[in-house]
Amino acid sequence: MDKKGRFGIHGGQYIPETLMNAVTELEEAYNYYKNDPEFNRELTELLNEYAGRPSRLYYAEHMTKDLGGAKIYLKREDLNHTGAHKINNVLGQVLLAKKMGKTRVIAETGAGQHGVATATAAALMGMECEVYMGREDTKRQALNVYKMKLLGTKVHPVDNGTATLKDAVSETFREWVSRIDDTHYVLGSVMGPHPFPTIVRDFQAVISREIKSQMLEKEGRLPDAVLACVGGGSNAIGSFYHFIEDESVALIGCEAAGRGIDTFETAATISTGRLGIFHGMKSYFCQDEVGQIAPVYSISAGLDYPGVGPEHSWLHDTGRAKYVAITDDEAVDAFEYLSRIEGIIPAIESAHAVAYAKKLAPTMDRDKIIVITISGRGDKDCAAIARYRGEDIYE
Amino acid sequence: MSNIKRAFENGKAFIPFITCGDPDAETIEKLALAMIGAGADLIELGIPFSDPTAEGVAIQEANLRALAGGMTTEGAFKIAENIRKKTDVPIVFMTYANVVFSYGIERFCRHAAEIGLDGMILPDVPFEEKEEFAAPAREAGLASVSLIAPTSHDRIKKIAAEAEGFVYCVSSLGVTGVRQKITTDVSSMVSLVKCANPDIPCAVGFGISNPEQAAEMAAASDGVIVGSAIVKMCKEYGQDAVPHVESFVREMKAAISKV
Repeated sequence: MDKKGRFGIHGGQYIPETLMNAVTELEEAYNYYKNDPEFNRELTELLNEYAGRPSRLYYAEHMTKDLGGAKIYLKREDLNHTGAHKINNVLGQVLLAKKMGKTRVIAETGAGQHGVATATAAALMGMECEVYMGREDTKRQALNVYKMKLLGTKVHPVDNGTATLKDAVSETFREWVSRIDDTHYVLGSVMGPHPFPTIVRDFQAVISREIKSQMLEKEGRLPDAVLACVGGGSNAIGSFYHFIEDESVALIGCEAAGRGIDTFETAATISTGRLGIFHGMKSYFCQDEVGQIAPVYSISAGLDYPGVGPEHSWLHDTGRAKYVAITDDEAVDAFEYLSRIEGIIPAIESAHAVAYAKKLAPTMDRDKIIVITISGRGDKDCAAIARYRGEDIYE
Repeated sequence: MSNIKRAFENGKAFIPFITCGDPDAETIEKLALAMIGAGADLIELGIPFSDPTAEGVAIQEANLRALAGGMTTEGAFKIAENIRKKTDVPIVFMTYANVVFSYGIERFCRHAAEIGLDGMILPDVPFEEKEEFAAPAREAGLASVSLIAPTSHDRIKKIAAEAEGFVYCVSSLGVTGVRQKITTDVSSMVSLVKCANPDIPCAVGFGISNPEQAAEMAAASDGVIVGSAIVKMCKEYGQDAVPHVESFVREMKAAISKV
């Protein structure tokens, strides 16, 4: 990373002056605590004893045999407490906020996974917590809204704009601008102004650190490809990070094509977006020809965001990582496939990575190895997938 | 650049903000000229953006109304050009980084300068990122207006030292919008600016909606900026907003002229 939080030309700090001292203070605190043995001891204990790390690296034997190509391993982030990788980042940021003397945390959420994780960490560490969620998403994910309330968090439905994730992010920034002294914004992905993309990346990098040591233990070598879904891109960067220097490992991010990258109903930022500046960062964004941010669509609320983290944009520019787009149909097929063949119901987000593995594995030799990060579990998606298949069930 | 200085030569400056295309292009042109007739010293023209993160609800909605009505960056240039043909009063664009970036920063600055604009304000471009925009703007002869906030503290010195046109002093924490009360010690902020850069005018904005607040803020600075209160009138009266806004501006200018 270059100075000023740049990844190549991407990143930076495009935020109102009111927030500048807050992000500078955050950067200074993070640079101190990341090297503080006591902070790291506390965080490791939380990750292991509370969140259930390390997560398993599971050999998907049935899927491997069925696809008849590369050997497939699943990194089981779905087994973490709260059911997704989000907890890795949240435990780190809330602990950091507490060390900084903050008493209140705020967060945006799309599907509700990051909101629930933040509410959980706030309950655990005795912090006040408020979560901003698009009105549309509060209706689609009513169960997660209830969970957050149960955990003692106040949920604010956001009616501005398109009433979805991008508006929830904007509204959380607006709230942060109005109350900074006692409040930390727990950003949920590797996006926003510096230092967030770096902080979130570092907290999620535990995923690739574990994959590497587990793979060396099981196979005595590195994998040939690591696949993960990409919305903002936190589980993907976490899965990629410790392999970036290992050129033999292909890094593949799977974006949400929605109804297809040749339609307007897509959220595939790298496939369809252009360079722009939004939500504090320079990166690729889905936008129209005059720079208005586009409404995006995906069946997956967690990938339904018009931007992507700056480090991914840089990995794309340099060619170190490859980004592919997976449609709703392909993701739903993969959701059902993994459920039946391995007895693992993945989050619909993670199913985008499973879908690409289904295409990739048969093209690779049997002595090759693929790791797919299953970023979350699919309980939250069952009702929506049932509806997608024409079954009307209630959550 | 010197043209912006003229805004502060007529006593305390009154700086109104309107959003291009809300309610429509023609009304915005009439509004700008009527406000100038009523005493406005500098006009801030907003180019609408889909996701204006520094704005409160009133201006967010104005942005969305303008976009829904078909307003574009080119449309905003046309409005500014038409206004400029009829007045010498300083005009600045206020918009978001992506609107300028998407147009092409140099192309945007050259076009703005060609039609006679005096500067631009980008609330999502802080000091650390400003040269990407300010350098091409300077090249074209356009001032990049910097903002300072109640949280800026020791940052004010370096921001003021490099300030162009005027310093936009944000009165309170939070986003734009009408406030009952402004509690920030604005005069301390202004004196920090003047210490670092004695010649740069300071105008205060965010939350100012009535003559009492305007007078109070003007007493502590060189002028006041009013956006949401005017934008609300545009929403309420639509194409009939001109006389309402005109008398509001007259009243506000009178209030700050007594300071």
